[in-house]
Parts: sequence; structure tokens; C-alpha cells
Amino acid sequence: MLLSRGEKFLNVINWLFLALVGFACVFPIYYILSVSLTSLEAFNKFGFQIIPSGLSLEAYKQILGKPLIPQAYMNSVIITVAGTLINMVLTILTAYPLANRRLPGRNFFLGAVLFTLLFSGGLIPLFILVRGLKLMNTYWAVILPSAIWSWNVLILKNFFESVPDELLEAARIDGANEFQIMKDIVLPVSMPALATVALFYAVGHWNDFFTPYMFLTDQKLQPLAVVLRMILRTLMGGAGVSVLDREIIAPTEATRMAAVFLSVIPILIIYPFVQRYFVKGIMLGSIKG
Amino acid sequence: MATITIKKSSPFKKLMSRYWLLYLMLVPGIIYYILFRYVPMAGLVMAFQDYKLIGGILHSPWVGFKHFEAIFNGPFFQRIVWNSFFISLMKLVFGFPAPILLALMLNEVRKKWYKQSIQTLTILPNFLSWVIIYGMVLALLSPSTGLVNEYIKAFGGKPINFLTDKVWFIVTLVASSVWAGMGYGAVIYLAALSNISPELYEAATIDGANKLKQVWYISLPGIMPVMVMLLILNLGSILDADFSQIYIFYNPQVYSVSDIIDTWVFRNGIEQMRIGVSTAMGLFRSVIGLVMVLSANKISRRITGMGIW
Repeated sequence: MLLSRGEKFLNVINWLFLALVGFACVFPIYYILSVSLTSLEAFNKFGFQIIPSGLSLEAYKQILGKPLIPQAYMNSVIITVAGTLINMVLTILTAYPLANRRLPGRNFFLGAVLFTLLFSGGLIPLFILVRGLKLMNTYWAVILPSAIWSWNVLILKNFFESVPDELLEAARIDGANEFQIMKDIVLPVSMPALATVALFYAVGHWNDFFTPYMFLTDQKLQPLAVVLRMILRTLMGGAGVSVLDREIIAPTEATRMAAVFLSVIPILIIYPFVQRYFVKGIMLGSIKG
Repeated sequence: MATITIKKSSPFKKLMSRYWLLYLMLVPGIIYYILFRYVPMAGLVMAFQDYKLIGGILHSPWVGFKHFEAIFNGPFFQRIVWNSFFISLMKLVFGFPAPILLALMLNEVRKKWYKQSIQTLTILPNFLSWVIIYGMVLALLSPSTGLVNEYIKAFGGKPINFLTDKVWFIVTLVASSVWAGMGYGAVIYLAALSNISPELYEAATIDGANKLKQVWYISLPGIMPVMVMLLILNLGSILDADFSQIYIFYNPQVYSVSDIIDTWVFRNGIEQMRIGVSTAMGLFRSVIGLVMVLSANKISRRITGMGIW
């Protein structure tokens, strides 16, 4: 198809603009990396450089040399891995029966799930509950309250519903029970949705700031997000210096950015692998509501 | 099943023999929803009590609407409700059209690799936590060493205190939230766009409609249902304003413009243990959110014929 001159021009503008947007989305990450690798002298002299001249790993050495960040990293990994596993098991077990249109009571259960999207008890009742269950300062406190996200139940349910009925009927005639059907037929064909939902959960845990901030007051249990904020805040203002007594990290721009970049790394590693599933999964999940 | 059921077993038994496994699978989910979703809702009765940590809900005295009166008459009330509303509104005004625009532009790209690369790049910020974004904001916008202010200074301007200036702080909140959510939001619109039949565009081309007209008369109406749905859902969180982001970003200099309902609830409830009054405030917010979604849905049904349910 031949494009008119005006349309060609529009196309070029479109490409350029999108390139700009894409650049704006990743540039801050690169900026952090660059600053974290710049030696103090070079930073004071030149500021930000596209390729740091005084390339130095000093900031990372400092940060990884003290237990504060490695410990927080470990906590984040534990919470993310254990949390996501629990999330996935519970969400699959909830979504699969709800995808069965003939299940008596299905609408009631679905309604109960949907209602939580519109209304919630809020912060304080949850806080009282977690306290009452004696979960404060345990990993459970950050894993259990968000063990199932209603949106993810809907995404999986919608995806499960799209599995052709003939496939399931054939298995039922062969005498397979619902659990076997789920495990052997439905789950294997639902990989895009499962990967998407797992990514949501994992990223949710990794990035969660508030639940651990509220429920994990013991610093030994705190994940990266909480510790990172403390570091950024401490070095910025001065309030809360006491928490850093244990770990004196030189408050340079490079150490702060090294801490930030360290918490971006896992996302940068995992993201490319799940990304292609993700777009597919979210499309299939969202289109038919 | 092939076996013929002999005699008439009760309908309940028949039901269970067919579906017991599915119900069994639901059990953990049911327990979760009751314990962590519906029990906290029931816990909202604390808004009508002078909650005692020792006695718990069962042994705390009932005080009627005392906490609500205290809230509605409080000097802080207008300010935090306005702040929550204003910040949410600004995020809606800029954050709602941004993904639509991005999706429309991406949809015009014919080269698949380019479209995918841009998508990959723009979705990435959605997976960064507010703490990380806060770190970026500190680094990029710092008045002394930040890149942005370096440029402002280079062009002879005065450095801007993005995080402590009352206006610029809101700009920073809104901009970073648009930045983080745009690419992710666009995915849903792109899905809707890909469902529009190509024949419509072909017919329009034959009729001599240019690209912009095609976008206006075909693409936009095509994604209208998704737009309406997302707008209704967004209205439900019109008093949310995004607690995590604001709690992480804000500082005493900008309290007056950034103290929202949730930060107030957190400070009063969790930090000072004023359970009753902060529960009441939380309940107020949840009810407004619910009312907003329900009425937006109703209005949309009447005007556009579309709704979430």
C-alpha cells in the first residue's frame, strides 16, 4: 500500500515520539547504574556521565561488605519465593472451580471474590487482625494477608474458561477426576496466564513496602524495600540515623544508587523472560471480563 | 458417568458426588477470603467503639457516631479529603489519557519488532517499586546534583526543589505515577485495538479517511468499552491517591498538600494507636469509594449503555 507524503511524515513523527517515550522509561535505570559506578571524585567533578570516567565498584563493595543489605536481600528473596508459591497454589485452587460454569454456588463465590475488589476493611482492621493472630514479626504477616489477589483469580478463571470444553469432557469420559484434569490438561495449556499471574505476585512481594513496614518492625526480618527507603531517607534528611549505627555506610550518591540498583537487578533479570507471556496473558485475561 | 444411579439418592448427595473435589479445592480460598477479607470488614465495627487493645472488639464500649463526629468536625478533615481528591484527580487527568495515547501510537506502527521493543521498554517501569522510583527521583531531581537541575542551571534557570516545593511535589507525584503506569495501561488498550476488524480501516481508507480520522472514528470507538470500564474502576479509588507512593515521597515541608486520608489513618491508627477514630476514617474512605463505583457504573449504563456489571 502506498502512503501519501503526509502519512509518511506522520509515521516518522510517531516512530520518533515512541523512541523518546521508550528512552524515557529506561533512562532513569541507566542513570542510577552510571552514578553508582562513578567514583566520588569523578562525580564531584563531572556529575553524571554517560560512560563514567572514574569507573569504580567501591560503592558496591561498601554496601555488600556490611550485613544490612545482604540480609535484607535474603529476606526479600524468602518472602518473594515462599509468598509466590503460596499465592499460586491458592489462586489456582480458587480459580479452577470457579471456572466451572456448572458448579452450584459458583455465582455466590464469584460474587464474594468480586466484592472484595470494591470494598475492603482497610488498614486498621487488618492490622488488628494480624496482631491478634500473633503474626507480627513473622514472614507470615507479609505473606498471608495478600495470599490471594482477586484480580489474579479473575485472570486465571477467565483463562481456564477459554480451555475448550471438548478437551475436558473427553478426559471426564476417560474417568479422570477434576484434580487430574486440572493438573494434566488445564494447567499445561494455561502457561501464559500462570506466568503472568506469578509475575504479578512475585513483583508484588518484591516491591511491597507497606505490609513489611507495618508488620515487620524487627530490622533483621525487613526486606529490601523497607531498608532501602530507610537508607534513602537517612542520607537525605538525617532523621533515623540511629538505625544505621550498626552499619555505617558512607552516604555518597554512589552508595545510595548502588543500593537502588541492587534492588532493580532481579526485576531486570526476570522481566525479559516473562515479558512475552505477560502481554499475552494480560490480553486474554482482560478482554472478556 | 456410565453407572446408572439406583434409587433416588438425595439431590445433595448427587451434587456432592459430582462436585466434591471442586468444593474441596475451594476450601483454602474460602478460609482465606473469610479470614483476611471479610473478618477485617466486620472489624470495621471498631469505628463505632472505643476500642481497647486488651478487651478487643467484644469487650470494648460502643460509642455510636462519636468518632465520625470528631472526624467531620476536625480541622484536618477538609484538608486531607481535598488532598486525596486533588492528587487522585490530577493522576486521573494525566494518567488516564496517557496509556490510550501510547496504545493508539503503538497501534499505528507496522513493524512488529519496533512495536514490541517499545512495549517492552514502556512496561518495565510498572514493575519498579515506589522506593526504587523514589531513589531515581532523588538522584535525577536533586537540586544540587540532579541531572534535571544541572540542565536548568546550564540554561540559566534557578534549581527547582522538586520534593520540597508544594507545587512541584504534586507535579513529581503525578509525573512519576504516569511514567510508571503508562506502558502497562497501554497493553489492555492494545488488546482491544487488535480486536477491531481490519476491514473497517480498509473501508475507511477507500472512503478517503486519513489516519487521524480513522483513529477518531474507528480506533477510539473500538476501545470505548475498555475506557469506560477502567474509568469507572478508577473513580472508585478517587480518594486513594496511592498511599505507598505518597508515604515514601513526602516530607514535612509538603505535608500541607500531600497529607491524604490514608497517611492520616496510618499515622493515627498504627503509630499512635487511635484505633477507633482511624477505623472510622478508613470506613469513610471505603464507603465513598464504593458509592463512587456504583454510581459511576449506573450513570455510565444510562448514558453509554456500558457498565462493569
